[in-house]
Amino acid sequence: MIEISHVNKWYGPSFQVLKDCTTSVAKGEVVVVCGPSGSGKSTLIKCVNALEPFQEGQIILDGIKVNDPKTDLPKLRARVGMVFQHFELFPHLRIIENLCLAQEKVLGRSHDEAVAKGDKLLERVGLKAHANKYPAELSGGQQQRVAIARALAMDPIAMLFDEPTSALDPEMISEVLDVMVDLAHEGMTMMVVTHEMGFASKVAHRVIFMDKGEIVEDAQKKDFFGSPRSDRAQKFLSKILSH
Amino acid sequence: MNYNWNWHIFFEPNPTGAGTYLDMLVSGLLLTIKTALLAWIIALIFGTIVGILRSLPSKAASWIGFCYVEFFRNMPLLVQLFLWFFVLPELLPSGAGLWLKQLPNAPFWTAAIGVGLFMSARVAVQLAAGIASLPRGQKNAATALGLTTAQGYRYILLPMAFRIIMPPLTSEFLNTVKNTSVAITIGLIELTGQARAMQEFSFQVFEAFTAATVMYLAINIVVVTGMRFLERSLAIPGYITGK
Repeated sequence: MIEISHVNKWYGPSFQVLKDCTTSVAKGEVVVVCGPSGSGKSTLIKCVNALEPFQEGQIILDGIKVNDPKTDLPKLRARVGMVFQHFELFPHLRIIENLCLAQEKVLGRSHDEAVAKGDKLLERVGLKAHANKYPAELSGGQQQRVAIARALAMDPIAMLFDEPTSALDPEMISEVLDVMVDLAHEGMTMMVVTHEMGFASKVAHRVIFMDKGEIVEDAQKKDFFGSPRSDRAQKFLSKILSH
Repeated sequence: MNYNWNWHIFFEPNPTGAGTYLDMLVSGLLLTIKTALLAWIIALIFGTIVGILRSLPSKAASWIGFCYVEFFRNMPLLVQLFLWFFVLPELLPSGAGLWLKQLPNAPFWTAAIGVGLFMSARVAVQLAAGIASLPRGQKNAATALGLTTAQGYRYILLPMAFRIIMPPLTSEFLNTVKNTSVAITIGLIELTGQARAMQEFSFQVFEAFTAATVMYLAINIVVVTGMRFLERSLAIPGYITGK
């Protein structure tokens, strides 16, 4: 589904954020990307739907080359859902309008169709009662669940999560993770940048560990938590799992 | 001071033979309103286009926006009006120049367009600042949903940016109204022009300019009230200025 091969990316002439990154996400697979801050994991996931350009290598998404100038990027992006650290709901639109906008403007669905789809997804994330509120009237956890619903409304073939729980209060993290766990169980293809190792050990198939722009470790879940081969991954795990 | 106050002067017939002095002032007031409204529409249209150009990642676009803004904001308004009114017709091929000089209502069109373009540079700078003040994730979220750049601006960035810059935009609208008085120098007999004519005919300088002051104040109270109303009706519940 997602093929990342030999991706190199520089900011400016000398600072290399991604170094020869190669990995893949198969259909129905859940891959967690972790690593210390500044390791390039958010940058990598943003390269997948071309929110960030990269200079070398290639990424192929469902058979379509992302970094091909001829690729219709808006059309490709519409097929991949993305959830951001800071939710990024559109503050001037009601919750239901947040869910409908791209369905209507990008997929060309009728308003009624979009509302019906939006209602169904809001019900699924437990927020149907809030459909007519504005984002600022919801808690962080609720906003992030809306953001997931907004991405799902596009019927994506894969979902990208960029630290979806990092900006949340502890008691709101689980309500968002619950939605993500359900999605994983349904067989959604997911690439998740997160520090939530509980989530990783529960639903991930593979775990990728990044440090300083490199993919240091790319292992099956049980191998990663059982016996990570690299020192750096071991240190990272011992730090975040010790509390 | 040996001054002969006469507040009844407004109801005395003016020497043009068409109504009273008050009628003169009111016709000036109407012309001021017409000029200011047209200038404001021009300022908003061009200011929006140039403001967007300045916020685009493309170097060429922001360079064009930069040149436009610096051209129109670094020359005194008076000089600009002289340029459009006296110099431009001479620079054009003689046929076009003659046509321009013989245009009916030339002072009105020159004033509206001249003041409009001058103000558009200021609107552009504010809009660009408003767009820049939005979280970068907003643009990413719009892009990730498959919206094109134009759709992202139309549905997400501009509605938020305009809400944010509403208070300074009110000031610019007021400046537009006041700046139309400069057009007296190219022969537009707007409110200031009529007040001066009244002073020359009647020698009641204080009464004439008191009336003009009150009328300018009245227009601007309407503008301020209208913009406040607009601001409030566009406020987003729970968000910064909302509620």
